[in-house]
Amino acid sequence: MENSVKFLTETVLRISGVDPRKCMKCGKCSGTCPNYDAMEYHPHQFVSMVEKGQIEKLMNSDSIYLCLGCMACVERCPRNVAPGKLVGAVAQLKLRQQDMNRKGGNDVAAFADEIVPQQLLMAAMRKYRK
Amino acid sequence: MSVNNPNWKPKIVAFCCNWCSYAGADLAGSGRMNYPADVKIIRVPCSCRVNPLFILRAFERGADGVIICGCHPGDCHYTSGNYYARRRLTMLFSLLDYLGIERDRTRVEWVSAAEGAKFAKTMNEFVETIYSLGENRKLSDIRCKKS
Amino acid sequence: MQKIGVFVCWCGSNIAGTVDVEAVAEAMKTVPGVVFSTHYQYMCSAAGQKLIADAIHEHHLDGIVVASCSPRMHENTFRKTAEAAGLNPYMVEIANIREQCSWIHKDKEEGTAKAIVLAKAAVAKLLHNKPLTAGTSAVTKRCLVIGGGIAGIQTALDVADAGYEVDIVEQRPTIGGRMAQLDKTFPTLDCSACILTPKMVEAAQNEKINIISYAKVEKVDGFVGNFRATIRKKARCVDETKCTGCSLYMNKCPSKKGKDEFNMEMNNRPAIYIPFAQAIPNVAVIDPEQCVKLKTGKCGLCQKVCTAGAIDYTQQDELMEREYGAIVVATGFKPIDPSPLNEYGYAENADVITSLELERLMNAAGPTKGTLLRPSDLKHPHEIVFIQCVGSRCDENTKRGKPYCSKICCMYTAKHAMLIRDKYPDTKVHVFYIDVRTPGKNFDEFYRRAVEQYGVDYIKGMVGKVAREGDKLMVRGSDLISNQQVEIAADLVVLATAIEPDPSARSIGTMLTASMDTNDFFTEAHAKLRPVESPTAGIFLSGVAQGPKDVPETVAQASAAAAKVIGLLAKDHLVTNPCVAGSDELLCNGCSQCEKVCPYGAITYVDKEVRGPGVREVRRVAQVNPAVCQGCGACTVTCPSGAMDLKGFTNQQIMAEVDAICL
Repeated sequence: MENSVKFLTETVLRISGVDPRKCMKCGKCSGTCPNYDAMEYHPHQFVSMVEKGQIEKLMNSDSIYLCLGCMACVERCPRNVAPGKLVGAVAQLKLRQQDMNRKGGNDVAAFADEIVPQQLLMAAMRKYRK
Repeated sequence: MSVNNPNWKPKIVAFCCNWCSYAGADLAGSGRMNYPADVKIIRVPCSCRVNPLFILRAFERGADGVIICGCHPGDCHYTSGNYYARRRLTMLFSLLDYLGIERDRTRVEWVSAAEGAKFAKTMNEFVETIYSLGENRKLSDIRCKKS
Repeated sequence: MQKIGVFVCWCGSNIAGTVDVEAVAEAMKTVPGVVFSTHYQYMCSAAGQKLIADAIHEHHLDGIVVASCSPRMHENTFRKTAEAAGLNPYMVEIANIREQCSWIHKDKEEGTAKAIVLAKAAVAKLLHNKPLTAGTSAVTKRCLVIGGGIAGIQTALDVADAGYEVDIVEQRPTIGGRMAQLDKTFPTLDCSACILTPKMVEAAQNEKINIISYAKVEKVDGFVGNFRATIRKKARCVDETKCTGCSLYMNKCPSKKGKDEFNMEMNNRPAIYIPFAQAIPNVAVIDPEQCVKLKTGKCGLCQKVCTAGAIDYTQQDELMEREYGAIVVATGFKPIDPSPLNEYGYAENADVITSLELERLMNAAGPTKGTLLRPSDLKHPHEIVFIQCVGSRCDENTKRGKPYCSKICCMYTAKHAMLIRDKYPDTKVHVFYIDVRTPGKNFDEFYRRAVEQYGVDYIKGMVGKVAREGDKLMVRGSDLISNQQVEIAADLVVLATAIEPDPSARSIGTMLTASMDTNDFFTEAHAKLRPVESPTAGIFLSGVAQGPKDVPETVAQASAAAAKVIGLLAKDHLVTNPCVAGSDELLCNGCSQCEKVCPYGAITYVDKEVRGPGVREVRRVAQVNPAVCQGCGACTVTCPSGAMDLKGFTNQQIMAEVDAICL
């Protein structure tokens, strides 16, 4: 799979649907994160690192697995940036690259509907894998 | 088409709002910025004064291109006139397109009173486009044509 | 057929250099309608103007075309020339053959050909011109100021100072507005009451100023110079002329459940009250929701105590009609309710307060008499957290607050932090901020003083959660600079809530047909060049009604608005632009489309008897007020029946120009 910065960034933005340029760097996401101390990269860093194209650093960090998927940062972000979705998207990209995404597209479709957050799907895949 | 008549010169009508674009055109003049003489300007108080009928009439009477210039969105002297113009002309242009008048024969451009250079550049581009499209025959009333 | 004269100007070599003026003048002679055509070196010179005047007399011209420089340059000059020669000034058209012809073309043949076309277009237009006369309308020399805060007071004082009558209509029982609620003002830390109350007294004592408190504007019709407003003066149940403001009734009133609005509802007040000691007018008011007498008919204690005999339970609302020449909107603001932002726990915890509540807590006339005590247990707070940008700067799709920056919060938070550290040095003060925005004279110095001199702890980051634990408020937020999550056990949390326009603004805007933005702030006629006028003529904007502002800016804008009002009231008559829209009653179908697009509210509908060939009936037709219409022409294009036309730029005139250019 391709690994260029451009490809990785575009993929993460596409999967997440997040526009990191909307961020005003207030830090509310990190102020609200219940698992902040466990994470190497914090929610606000995800936003700025994705914007700068530092996806690989994020993919190689355990932070992507430490997101609880509580969506507090998504709920409270005043700029509608949704950092949690970025964490999910990076994790998803990582899984794809490791070819762990064993659930085929048809299986996923059964889970996916508009109201199911991406995080839930991600968490589900991780669970089913074990 | 122009191919048939090497002496063909396009007729281009430019509607300019009094407060921004007409002043922009004057500024282009003061700055001696050249653009082709094929462009003739009609002064209107606001781009929203441009009735779609005027544009239809221009094409009917043999115009080859029509351009409407107004204040930048948010800068209209009358607060919201250019927004009305934008909506109306968007509708009209798609209708004209449907009737076979190429989309490039009509244009809307926002030119402020400080943008003389932009005015000249816009007119140069527009005239060039009209030259490449050639003479307009659609809608034109042949009874009005001088032989 | 009209007799038209054409005058081609050389403008020295400016035009004559690239346009063969002689050929143009010659070519114009053959144009139908043209009876005279000539050229001259400088048409705008005295000799040139004389040449025009002579030709008008000699050839009995009905209209003239001057082919010269831009109409933006000399249209007025030639109109005056024509008028002096007995011609209607609107029978003059200019063909712009300098800026839009000679100066941009190099080839003389091309330039000459274009100049002829432009002159022909001007003649074609002129053939359809009609003589127009500028109308006049009288000006009522009185100003209405809606809102009696510092903005309204300042505007009223300035207008009255110029000798004009001013009515201030205030919805609350006293003037003073938000500024009266403040404790100190930045950046000098003067006591707010000390600088505001003298102005209130000045307004009350000024014989040109009439304060109509506890009232609201119900209806406004008319137009610039000639507004007529209906004002409802609510029943106070106290005779304003008799009440001495003695406050004897305060302890007698059995009802004590009314919320004290002036103290941000942090304490209770009796049903009969004066909002604060320096209120103007210093007259009591009875709250009909709380008064036992008004609700049950049994009580009347205050009436017994009142030695002046001012209490009148039977008082009714009073409607008054007044005429005005100008209206100033100074409706001000209110802080938003932060309860929906549930992470701050404002609704659940008494010790989470807004900044305006803190102002009252720190004010000597406030519920705690100026001692800083937290509301829940009236203990001294030893650790205080301020949170900035609460409900400001939010994406509109999040529904978490306002998209704009409220502008004043950075400074008042620095002020609060500084005052607390000054008065209670044992108190720790933290401020969570996104950006500290302090543009303004001595503003950044003020903020730096809070940090450097008073040791206020500024933390770059936002708060994610405020939760009660025992008698502490646990504030969790991010510290972006040290890249840490911090948790502070605070005694008091202060929210710098966004400000929004007063809820009355929207209905007032509709009443005045003054345009507003999506946040309900009034829009100005031009964001840069006409910042204190509404696009609707005769309506002026003062203070936060137009956008967030601090006190110095509000006062500056209030005086600017006053200058504009004075400029208007100083005129005996307004000369109206004759190039306005007009509707043909025979064609109008009463659809209201034009009324909707008019940015000035110049169009109204009237039932009118229409007489025409084969028609004689009463119809609902559009009528344009020429004093209000600015002549943009939006309505002319909207009109589905073609009834609406714009004088000076009629459909016929523009069509004729199009034809002349294209044929």
